[in-house]
Amino acid sequence: MKSFTYVIKDSAGIHARPAGLLSKLAKEFSSEILVEKDKKNVNATRLMMLMGLGIKCGDTVTVTVSGEDEDAALDRIQAFFRENL
Amino acid sequence: MRQFYGRGVCSGITIGRATVSGRERQPIRRVGVEDTVKELRRFEEAKKKAHAQLLEIYEKALREVGETNAEIFSIHMMMLEDEDYNESVISIIDTQKVNAEYAVDVTGENFARMFASMDDAYMRARQADVRDISSRIILCMGGREEKKRVMNDNSVVCAEDLSPSETVVLDKSKVSGFVTAKGSSNSHTAILARSLGIPAVIGVGEDFVGAVNDGDSIIVDGYDGKIFVNPDAETLEVYEQKRREDRHKKELLRSLKGKDNVTLDGTRINVYANIGSADSIGDVLYNDAGGIGLFRSEFLYLEKNDYPCEQQQFEVYKTVLESMAGKKVVIRTLDIGADKQAEYLCLENEENPALGLRGIRLCLSRPEIFKTQLRALYRASVYGNLAIMFPMITNKWELEKTLEICTLVKSELKECGIAYDETTEIGIMIETPAAAIISDVLAPMVDFFSIGTNDLTQYTLACDRQNPNLEEFCDTHHESLLRLIKFTSENARKNGAWTGICGDLAADTSLTETFIKMGVDELSVPASEVLKIRSVIRSLDVRL
Repeated sequence: MKSFTYVIKDSAGIHARPAGLLSKLAKEFSSEILVEKDKKNVNATRLMMLMGLGIKCGDTVTVTVSGEDEDAALDRIQAFFRENL
Repeated sequence: MRQFYGRGVCSGITIGRATVSGRERQPIRRVGVEDTVKELRRFEEAKKKAHAQLLEIYEKALREVGETNAEIFSIHMMMLEDEDYNESVISIIDTQKVNAEYAVDVTGENFARMFASMDDAYMRARQADVRDISSRIILCMGGREEKKRVMNDNSVVCAEDLSPSETVVLDKSKVSGFVTAKGSSNSHTAILARSLGIPAVIGVGEDFVGAVNDGDSIIVDGYDGKIFVNPDAETLEVYEQKRREDRHKKELLRSLKGKDNVTLDGTRINVYANIGSADSIGDVLYNDAGGIGLFRSEFLYLEKNDYPCEQQQFEVYKTVLESMAGKKVVIRTLDIGADKQAEYLCLENEENPALGLRGIRLCLSRPEIFKTQLRALYRASVYGNLAIMFPMITNKWELEKTLEICTLVKSELKECGIAYDETTEIGIMIETPAAAIISDVLAPMVDFFSIGTNDLTQYTLACDRQNPNLEEFCDTHHESLLRLIKFTSENARKNGAWTGICGDLAADTSLTETFIKMGVDELSVPASEVLKIRSVIRSLDVRL
């Protein structure tokens, strides 16, 4: 299991577009990818629940990756956050 | 006559007949079933159909309103595949042994309620998206009568709310207006209406739909957000006049949209638009501007109580560049002084702010603010056709210093492995007589000049623009100004740079011919003036 925390910099937060892209990306990996905000966990493949977290600019999120391809998944997901959020 | 007020989200005047859209959702009946496998199959098949429809709508929207606005439909396609959504539908069918329509309806409502309860306006607006995909799936199952609306010409669509896809699939040749009781300016419907150029007023209030019937005469004033249902003769007359003027403008639009800015003898010139915030992009595209000739970045600094961070700026620049889809976007770096400042900048009061620490002078004295903006700009440069422009240059050394900072910012980005577009054009405003007079020295250092005629006028003629008593002395056609413009444009040409004009004078049609003859390459005007200028250009013969 691997994880990282990230402070959202995008002024719109995790809105529909990045949520859509993130869930698409998360489906590429066999590892389970969880996004956590305020002790609420959501699987990153689940678009609507992800949007439902209402993650805004300035929020701190923790992303936990566990599974066979966790190293690769962590790299890609972390890069995705840096680039898009 | 009844009058309603709302928010005009797309300007224009319409006098038409109401077509009340039945958004009072047909209740979905809960029917017990034996064969749940069949219901699950119906759901899967409907989903496939819905996906195909969405793909079609996405492509239609892509053609009509561009990629940024079309994207919502690709999100709808993803929502269709959402695991929680699907699991909920399947489990309702399985455990309750009910029809698929009911399961989809309940699931859609549950998710819509989740979004409705969120504290963020943007997320609240997403409930429309969930409802939209649910009703689409239900329609695909044939469980709800698809309302083939028989629409007459000149229909004003009146509804509680309109889903994004309802807006896109409407027969636009028959729709002359939109009015919705609800709706937010964040809604995709508002954005779509805007980019389609159909007058629209939203948020006119709950009692609206009950007060209007099919076929009622209705006036939509998208400029002021006013609605008149069954207007009296006097109101009608006022609005008929307004509509004539509005139509004349739109006529111009229709006949000139997509046409080149080319004179009778074949001389081409670019006509771009000036904007002051990202919200105006719809106007720019609607009026068919060839690019953005002046994007004033000040609003980023003035609307907040603190410095806008790099990421915030980057997002705005990226949005603008992406929305313009490869057309040139000239962004002017921070141009403020003591007369127009944000408190957090703590600028000293000045006796004469027009001649004070402003524009590039301020940026060079606060390099950190400047570097943040440049980093954001260069990072955004890969998303479109960016040009960066510096205001208030008077000295060669200022430009040298500025270019040094640009080089520094780029090398820092390179070190961090962040991409930027090496071909990003660099230009300066020519708005001081000093800059115009040494334009031969400045031209080899830049890709373009943009002549800011408002400041150039006030500095050349020593006339305060804001002083009404100076009107007779402030001759904007003064020979000195025209000579400076000509001189600047010639020097640019000799050095392979292009010249634009971005002040009020650019939209002065009595000078269009003069400017073209001077060799000016671009005129940047308010979006609403673009087509007027185009029609003038197309009637000129500059050989004579």
